[in-house]
Amino acid sequence: MATTDTLRPMGHSEPKDERLARIQKSLRRRRSAETRFRIYGMSAVAIACGFVLFLFGSIMHDGLPAFWQPALQVKVTFSPDVVKVAPKPEQAPGQSPAEFQRASLDWQREVTMVNWNRVIQDAVQAAAPDVKLTPRDVQAVVSPNQRFKLRDMFVENPGLLGQTVDVSLLASANADVWLKGNIDHSLGDDRQQLSGAARQLIDRLYENGTIKMVFSTVLFTNADSRGASAEAGLLGAFIGSLYMMIIVIVLAVPIGVASAIYLEEYAPKNKLTDLIEVNINNLAAVPSIVFGLLGAAVFINYFRLPLSAPLAGGLVLTLMTLPTIIIATRNSLKAVSPSIRQAALGLGASKTQMVFHHVLPITYPGIMTATIIGVAQALGETAPLLLIGMNAFVATVPTTPLDQATALPVQIFLWEGNENRNFFEPRTAAAIIILLVVMLLLNAVAIYLRSRFERRQ
Amino acid sequence: MNSIVIILLLLALLSVGYQVGLSRGRTVAATAQRTMHSRPNYHGLMVALWCLVPAAVVLLLWAVFSNGLTTNYILSFIPSDVAGDPNLLREAMRRIEQIAAGFGVIGETQDWEVAAGEGLRQFRSVSFWSVVVLAAVLGIAGLLLMSRRIAPRLRARNEFEVAIRVLLIFCSLIAIMTTVGIVASLFSEAMRFFAFVSPIDFFFGTVWNPGFTTSGGAGTGEYGLLPLLWGTIMISAIAMLVAIPVGLMSAIYLAEYASPRVRTVAKPMIEILAGIPSVIYGVFALVTLGPLLSDIGALVGIQIRATSALTAGIAMGLMIVPFVSSLSDDIITQVPRAMRDGSLGIGATKSETIRKVVLPAALPGIVGAFMLAISKAFGETMIVVLAAGNAPILRFNPFDAASTVTVSIVNQLTGDTNFASPQSLVAFALGLTLFGMTLILNVIALYVVRKYREQYE
Repeated sequence: MATTDTLRPMGHSEPKDERLARIQKSLRRRRSAETRFRIYGMSAVAIACGFVLFLFGSIMHDGLPAFWQPALQVKVTFSPDVVKVAPKPEQAPGQSPAEFQRASLDWQREVTMVNWNRVIQDAVQAAAPDVKLTPRDVQAVVSPNQRFKLRDMFVENPGLLGQTVDVSLLASANADVWLKGNIDHSLGDDRQQLSGAARQLIDRLYENGTIKMVFSTVLFTNADSRGASAEAGLLGAFIGSLYMMIIVIVLAVPIGVASAIYLEEYAPKNKLTDLIEVNINNLAAVPSIVFGLLGAAVFINYFRLPLSAPLAGGLVLTLMTLPTIIIATRNSLKAVSPSIRQAALGLGASKTQMVFHHVLPITYPGIMTATIIGVAQALGETAPLLLIGMNAFVATVPTTPLDQATALPVQIFLWEGNENRNFFEPRTAAAIIILLVVMLLLNAVAIYLRSRFERRQ
Repeated sequence: MNSIVIILLLLALLSVGYQVGLSRGRTVAATAQRTMHSRPNYHGLMVALWCLVPAAVVLLLWAVFSNGLTTNYILSFIPSDVAGDPNLLREAMRRIEQIAAGFGVIGETQDWEVAAGEGLRQFRSVSFWSVVVLAAVLGIAGLLLMSRRIAPRLRARNEFEVAIRVLLIFCSLIAIMTTVGIVASLFSEAMRFFAFVSPIDFFFGTVWNPGFTTSGGAGTGEYGLLPLLWGTIMISAIAMLVAIPVGLMSAIYLAEYASPRVRTVAKPMIEILAGIPSVIYGVFALVTLGPLLSDIGALVGIQIRATSALTAGIAMGLMIVPFVSSLSDDIITQVPRAMRDGSLGIGATKSETIRKVVLPAALPGIVGAFMLAISKAFGETMIVVLAAGNAPILRFNPFDAASTVTVSIVNQLTGDTNFASPQSLVAFALGLTLFGMTLILNVIALYVVRKYREQYE
């Protein structure tokens, strides 16, 4: 406002040089205002971009080390003194499958009853001959479920009895924390997770090369685990997410594209169409947690779908992504030039032929993008899944969409809440990296497919 | 095996129907005196449709009702003393299933178990094959009926297009049904909650303490909405204080000032933020941002909790930045070039043009964008669940822990299927409140944005 005043001549009384000085002063002010404004803009962009870098940097910094975890490379002897079991039963003629299964289960139970911890202890003792080991120290160092690994090896191949084989046994979560320095080494004994003897044993085994950092394959091959944190993996959550994404793609994409086609190409302009349009735009902005409430009330409580099942989760996510897909598909239908429609109609095509033979193929890249946007949104969604019980602890990999399961982002949420913070914080960050990589791959596939479609036209 | 048979049946009906229709259409076309109305492939499609739809309807009905019928049938074998006890009944059902599957069971079998198992097997195969045969017969009947109608005058294409249109309309009604489902389920469950607690106590209560039992007067003051509402508003306000300046200024800078090189780097980088799942922001806020803010607070002598309204608000603000910036970018670029040129032409600087011409012209649209951003902040769940500290107390210090409507929904409903107590039903009343708030914001915002677009189109 002041700037406009300065340009107005103030009458003849003002000498020329004074006026010039006044104008120059105001120009200086305006130019510095310009610079300031520019700096505000630059710093806003810098804040946003800096935050992106900071976010990714901190996730990488926390998460990358968690892809490697310590494992004991030991020679395990299946000594007959410790592994005392009868030979494996075989199906006798005339035995019903149920009876054979029972005999096998009895045998497996017997194998399970073997003191596998003793086998592990002997192997660790062989690796550190001069240390006096107690069973407690060994169990604190080796992850608890590793004894089942030995058992399964034996069940698979009973001929191992009496033999010595090289085995890699995962170290426990606490050993992982200690070796990576995620706990303060100078804390007193009362505040350490491991006893002094166990800590010395770990250091000793690490120095003589028995404990090595290996790539953490359990992260990709195991489901979640409560008893053996070191063996907790993401496979269960990944499969759960995969089932949900399949359901979303199979349901949301055809329905979304079909309704976009109807609204854009067929629907007469009337109150009902207007209502549907407002409704879809509004639905796209409804908080995701409301869809979770809908799922809990309708799918779980009314239709009695199983709790925690990817089927229910997939249906909820389908309803949630539907508006996104509809809006994006409509936009790409809108972008198709009217001349194509007119040309098709002019040559005698019916409306349906015009839409399906001429308009729709042009929008394939757009539909592809819409699909990926929707699927990526569904893949990262957590809140609605919490309300339909997908935050349950599930230690198995689901085999059908009706089994109990969890999802990748929900697993991240669950691990973040785990009591063993020192161990699970890096592992949560590793899970975040995996989720981000999956999303990145999804987008890469979309870009690749889109460019192929565009080239073909 | 069953599902494979069904899929094969449907595929067979589809292809046979199409082939029959196609070839019959061709013969009619070859022998008819006059030209056909529709091309033979439309006859094929119509026959396939007539073939497929009745068969699919029968199979669908069977899929819905078969379980109930089978259970009823087995129950007729089970003696009443077993059927009366749910545990015994479940065990009996399991054994009968195993007998029917030919797997056998361990231990003594009762006569009625064997009979039921045998009966179940027969019932299964008889009902399955009769349904398959019925579906096949109906399909073939449809095929015969339709293929007899094939004639030169038959408007097969038009009929097929009507079928397509019905399908499209049905798909676009799903979005409406979703909204109806949301409103109906939230409303009916919330009404059940209001039978326990009066709406006045809920909407105007200042104490949120749902407790765990329903004993005593589970009413007065314990379900007060105001602390949660205040938490939601405070956290959203902090988020807006971050998101609006950063988002708007970076949109302005990238649209008006930045060189193409900066734009091609910075724009996708900011958009990456939009694709990151909110649970990742939550973990980041909890693990990195919260301790950082708390340290900064200690430096300047303010006590900031690591999990506080401030932490959650800032993380949420950063999440909303790309949303604000892309919406503002759209709106700013829609302001006509002529208005800018006019302002620059009379000597205004670039920032003066933006502040005094472009922004006032774009104001309605930008306000609409802000309202959408606020509604997004209201509905955000994971960040506040992880980083706000979950303290549903009415207090005004943003450095202290807070709670929101969404957090309480998650807390009250997680893993709960028994919607009978006010403790879980209150989630629906909260959901209804949230839905109402966001609906009002969205409808106004969408209306404003639409009006603004029309102004410049």
